[in-house]
Amino acid sequence: MNHVSNSRRLFLLINYTLLTIVALLCFLPIVHILAVSLSSKGAATAGLVKLWPVDFTWSSYEYVLNKPQFLISMWVTVQRVILGTGISMLLTLLVAYPLSKEPHQMKFRTAYAWIFVFTTLFSGGLIPWYMTVRDTGLIDTLWALVIPGALPVFNVILLLNFFRGLPKEVEESCFMDGGGYWTSLWRIYAPLSLPAMATVTLFTIVGHWNSWFDGLILMNSPEKYPLSSYLQTVIVQENLSNMTADQAAAMADVSNRTFKAAQIFIGSLPILLVYPFLQRYFVKGIVLGSVKG
Amino acid sequence: MNKGLWRQWPLHLMILPGLIIVLIYSYWPMAGIVMAFQQFVPFKGLFGSKWIGLDNFEYVFALPDIGRVIWNTVFIAFMKIIGGLVVPITIALMLNEIRNALMKRGIQTLIYLPHFLSWVILGGIFIDILSPTTGILNQLLGLFGIEPIFFLGSNTWFPYTLVVTDIWKEFGFSTIVYLAALTSIDPSLYEAATVDGAGRWKQTWHVTLPGMVPIIILLSVLSLGNVLNAGFDQVFNLYSPMVYESGDILDTFIYRIGLEGMQYSVGTAIGLFKSVVSLIFIVVSYVLASKLANYRIF
Repeated sequence: MNHVSNSRRLFLLINYTLLTIVALLCFLPIVHILAVSLSSKGAATAGLVKLWPVDFTWSSYEYVLNKPQFLISMWVTVQRVILGTGISMLLTLLVAYPLSKEPHQMKFRTAYAWIFVFTTLFSGGLIPWYMTVRDTGLIDTLWALVIPGALPVFNVILLLNFFRGLPKEVEESCFMDGGGYWTSLWRIYAPLSLPAMATVTLFTIVGHWNSWFDGLILMNSPEKYPLSSYLQTVIVQENLSNMTADQAAAMADVSNRTFKAAQIFIGSLPILLVYPFLQRYFVKGIVLGSVKG
Repeated sequence: MNKGLWRQWPLHLMILPGLIIVLIYSYWPMAGIVMAFQQFVPFKGLFGSKWIGLDNFEYVFALPDIGRVIWNTVFIAFMKIIGGLVVPITIALMLNEIRNALMKRGIQTLIYLPHFLSWVILGGIFIDILSPTTGILNQLLGLFGIEPIFFLGSNTWFPYTLVVTDIWKEFGFSTIVYLAALTSIDPSLYEAATVDGAGRWKQTWHVTLPGMVPIIILLSVLSLGNVLNAGFDQVFNLYSPMVYESGDILDTFIYRIGLEGMQYSVGTAIGLFKSVVSLIFIVVSYVLASKLANYRIF
């Protein structure tokens, strides 16, 4: 088909235009927030800022980065990301590998699998879960943010499906050479599944960075909040409580608009920075998880 | 000792740590559900608290707000499910017509981005953008002579704001799933259609769409399990007492009654109601998915 009709050309033009608009709509809100955060208070309050800073200034960022609480929360987040991702990846690997075996290789394999899968279908709910975390003594400790969610079953399923796609012969040759299951896991399965592991690790890191609700309910003092929980209290809660007190006052109170914008932007910055480079791993994660053969 | 069992013990050892975590933090809370049938007092514990049968449920279903809350939950969740199907399929079909690989990837990258930002960040962004005074959206509407709309404060607008912003966040994710399904359609089908004189529209209608049907059925059936998941993270970060009437959902209701109000038993009872109804829908959807699309979880 070399001939391109006029109607086809018109369609392509409309198609390209619409898709470009859709793509921009996904990104422009962030650009707008960045512009607000870099504008002067006066310009932001007057609503003059569109997609480019007005009266450019770093003052909002200076203010935010000099707040001790902000830095403390950032440190809590760094700790939870490192500790949480490490533990979670180790556990995921250790569960996914045995579950990828056939029932004749591992007794009760199906029963184990159901124990894990059932947790994705049914749960005790928020209150009993909170009570359990409290009873195990984790409240107000960093472990509360790491241990209860240390085994994301979705990631286990993702990884175990990947393991099953690997050729069995490689492992059999390892057994021939006298290696056992541990050798097979560390020397064969782990190295062969690096792309899948990279994807799962990435999801886990993003999950820990974004997680805010657990910090909010499991930490009694704000000094122990991770960054997302802290941001939730300063960006969202402040705003909403104002609205209840006096709607009109809240609508007029936009004085910290630039501070809030700066905090929103810093909160999303790590993801914005790594995303373009690691996007193919993110995409692989979806395809791995949903349309497997 | 059985030789087979001796050989496989490392596998059981490997699974042990994960199993313990799940038993403690997923299964022990399930046992904690008995709270729903007790007058639970924390210092008396699960074994010392008084057993009151179904009183908590009677109390919950007599609450004046509960009907409203259930309706909001189902209404918001249902609209999200529908929009979450229609929008990504449309965008995937549109992207499929783009031959320029660089542009195609660029658009995918941009639309998939919001999926990775949390509702705390996005809540902050939308509170700013949708503000009736300084919000850029209302400024834009003002250019067309439209009076400022209080999207997050008006009961008329709030549920739709939730649905639209949720679709905005998540449609890129599903679009990529559909695109992956599109690439698996046999190219010879298109050639055959061309030979038979089918134009682009007819090819889309008779080849592309039928090729997507299995994945569409699969995803729509699986989304049935979400009828009571109206999105806690999103609602919690966008709502306020002004819009409880139209935006309060089961999960936020449980949080306020159970944790903020410390009525643990009542909160657990509502949670149990939600979990049981969700489980029924999930089981039905999995049975349907395995029948209609031959789907297995693992």
